[in-house]
Amino acid sequence: MTTTVRTDPGTRPAPWPAALSRARLHVVSGKGGTGKTTVAAALALALAGGGKRVLLVEVEGRQGIAQVFDTAPLPYEERRIAVAPGGGEVRALAVDTEAALLEYFEMFYRLGMAGRTLRRMGAIEFATTLAPGLRDVLLTGKAKECVTRTDPDGRPAYDAVVLDAPPTGRLVTFLDVTRAMADLAKVGPIHGQAKGVEALIHSPLTAVHLVTLLSDLPVTETLDAAGELEAAGIPLGTVVVNRMREQWLPDRSVTAAAGGRVDAARIRNGLLSAGIELAPDEIDGLVAETVEHAVAVEGETAALRRLETEPDPPLPRLTLPALLGGVDLGSLYELAESMTAQGVHLEARR
Amino acid sequence: MSPDLDLDALIDDPATRVVVCCGSGGVGKTTTSAALAVRAAERGRSVVVLTIDPARRLAQALGLDELSNDPAPVKETTGELAAMMLDMRRTFDEMVESHAPPERAQKIIENPFYQTISSSFSGTQEYMAMEKLGQLAGAGTWDLVVVDTPPSRSALDFLDAPQRMSRFLDGRMIRLLAAPARAGGRGLRKIVEAGFGLFAKAVGSIIGGQMLQDASAFVQAFDTLFGGFAERAEKTYALLRSPGTAFLVVAAPEPDALREAAYFTERLSSEDMPLAGLVLNRTHPVLAPVSAARARAGAEQVGGPGSQIAAAVLRLHADRADLHDREEHLLTRFSAAHPGVPVVRVPALAGDIADLDGLRRVGALLAGAGEPGAAATVG
Repeated sequence: MTTTVRTDPGTRPAPWPAALSRARLHVVSGKGGTGKTTVAAALALALAGGGKRVLLVEVEGRQGIAQVFDTAPLPYEERRIAVAPGGGEVRALAVDTEAALLEYFEMFYRLGMAGRTLRRMGAIEFATTLAPGLRDVLLTGKAKECVTRTDPDGRPAYDAVVLDAPPTGRLVTFLDVTRAMADLAKVGPIHGQAKGVEALIHSPLTAVHLVTLLSDLPVTETLDAAGELEAAGIPLGTVVVNRMREQWLPDRSVTAAAGGRVDAARIRNGLLSAGIELAPDEIDGLVAETVEHAVAVEGETAALRRLETEPDPPLPRLTLPALLGGVDLGSLYELAESMTAQGVHLEARR
Repeated sequence: MSPDLDLDALIDDPATRVVVCCGSGGVGKTTTSAALAVRAAERGRSVVVLTIDPARRLAQALGLDELSNDPAPVKETTGELAAMMLDMRRTFDEMVESHAPPERAQKIIENPFYQTISSSFSGTQEYMAMEKLGQLAGAGTWDLVVVDTPPSRSALDFLDAPQRMSRFLDGRMIRLLAAPARAGGRGLRKIVEAGFGLFAKAVGSIIGGQMLQDASAFVQAFDTLFGGFAERAEKTYALLRSPGTAFLVVAAPEPDALREAAYFTERLSSEDMPLAGLVLNRTHPVLAPVSAARARAGAEQVGGPGSQIAAAVLRLHADRADLHDREEHLLTRFSAAHPGVPVVRVPALAGDIADLDGLRRVGALLAGAGEPGAAATVG
C-alpha cells in the first residue's frame, strides 16, 4: 500500500512525543462528523496495550461508545468493554448528566430523597438549561475524579482516562468552564473542586487530541481550536488525521486527472492486458471515477499542506486509514494497532 | 427494494405547500433544501426557501450575504424564488414585540435572562424555525415554502423543541427555584421542599443569585405573552400535519445518519405527519461493471503500455465498489425496516456548491435525472 501524501520527515515532531506517554487525561475532540468517538475508542485500546487499565468516558449522552463497540447501551457505571492486546483492559463510562449532577450536589449538600423527585419534575434539565456551564462543570469534574481516584493500595485506579469530549466549537468553553465557575462560586466546596479541575486541565497531565479529516472546514476548525487551546494554556496532544484515503494515482498524474485529462485509450489498453474488456461508456465510467478520485486527492493534499505549514511550531500528527467496510470491532483493533505502530503508548506504572 | 422517490412530481403538485427537510447534522440538508427550491421555482412554482445556517458559499449563491431576517428575491433564476436565513434572535425579538406593548417588550428584550434563552437555549433555534415557517406559510405571498431544519444532533429536536420551550417558559420551574417554599404548595411534600431549598441554593451558588432574579423578573413580564406563544406553536404544529405538507428525511450513507433517519421516519408516522421519502446524499455509485475482486486481481495482471494508469484506475475503482457495497448495505437495512419509504440517491459531487448552477445540478440529481453511468451495476 502506498502512503497518500509524502512529507518532509526532518521538520516534523514525533507523532507521539514522549510527554504524552505521561499524560493521564486524554481529551479527544474534533469537528462533528470527523469520527472522534471512533478515534477515542481506538486511542483507549492503544493506550491500554501492554497491561494498562484505561477508562473511556463519553459525556454527550449519545451512547456513541456502545455503538462503536457494538454493545447494548451503557448504564451510568464503569464497566469493562474491551480487552487490549497484551492483557490490558478498557472500561467505559457513559455519563448520565442528570445523575451526575445529583451526585455532584450530594458531594456538597445532602439532598437525600429529594433528588429523584427533582429529576422527575425536570428541575435538573431546567437548571442545566439555565446555566449550560453547570453541565460542563460536573462533566469535567467527573473526569477529574476518575483521573485522581486511587485503589485501596494507593495506586491510581486508571493508568489513563480518555474523554470523548464535545466538538471543537465548544471545546475550550467546555474544558475551561471551571475557571469561570471558580469566579462565580468564590468560596466553599464548589470553589475548591473547580480549582482542582482547573489545575488538572492546565497541567501536563492533560493532552487534547484533535481529530480532523483532510478537507477544508475540518482543518480550519482544527487549526482554530489548536490556537484557542494554546491561548487558554491547555496542552495540545496530537492532531489525528482520520480516514486517510489511499492514493492510487501516481503523484504526477493527479493534477491532470483532476482537470479531467485522463487518457481513456491508455486505460483501455492496460485493462485489455489484464483480460478486462469494457464498452466505451464503461471506460468513460472508470474515467469519471478517476477524475473524482483525483479531485478528492488534490483537496486532501492541499488540506494536509495547511496542517503542515500553518501551525508554528508544527503539531504532532497521527494518521489513521479510511475503513472502506465501515467501523466494526475488528477494525477498531486495526486502528489501535496503527496508533501503536505510530508510537502511541503510556509509560509503565510506577 | 424501496420505491423511487419522484421529487419533481412532489414539487410540481400545486397541493404541495410546505416541504420540510429534516435529518441529523452534516448530511446536506441545507443544500438539499436550496436545490429543491431552485428547481421548484424554475419549474413554475412561486417559492420561498428558509435556510438555517448555510455555509458561506451557499449563502452567496443564494444572494444571502446581507443581514436580513426577511426573504429577499434570488436574482439570476428564471423562476420566482425568494430566500432567507433564519436569525433566531431577531425572530424571537419580533415575536415579543408583536405580542406585548412596546414598553413591556422593551423590558423583556433587555432582560439578561431573556438574552440567554433567546441566544443559547438549545431549543430556541428549532422553535424560531417553526415560528418563521408559520409566518412564511401564512403570508400568502408564495405557493411553496421549503424549509431547512436546524443542525441539531438529533433530527427529532425539531419536533420537540416548541414543547420543551413551552414547558420551560411556563414559569413553574423558575418560580420554584426563585422561591421554592412559596411556589411549592401542597403538591410537594415537606422533604422535597427541603431538598428543593438545598437544590436552589446549590444552583444559586453556582449560577449566581442575580440570574435567578432575572429569570424571575422575566417570567413575570412574560406571563401574559405565554398564551399567545403557545397558541402559535400549536398552529404551526397543525400546519405540519396538514395534507399540504411533505417531510423529506435527508441522510448520508453512514450508520449514524441512517439511524436518525429511521427514528425520524417512525416518529413522523406516529404523529400522522406526511413523509414523502428519504434523500440519501453523497452516495458513490459504481460507474463501470467490474467487481472489486476482479478489479484488484486485474490490477496485479496488467502489463505493457498504460499498465501503471490502468492498475491505479482498477484499484481506485475497487475501493469505490467496496464503499458502494457498504452504502447499499446500510440502505438495505433502512429499507427493510421501512419498506414503503421512497428513496432517491444523490451521488457525491466533488467540491462545494458555490453557485446557482451547482444547485441546479443537485436539483437534477434529486429529481433522479442523475449522472449517465449511475445506473450501472456491479458485475
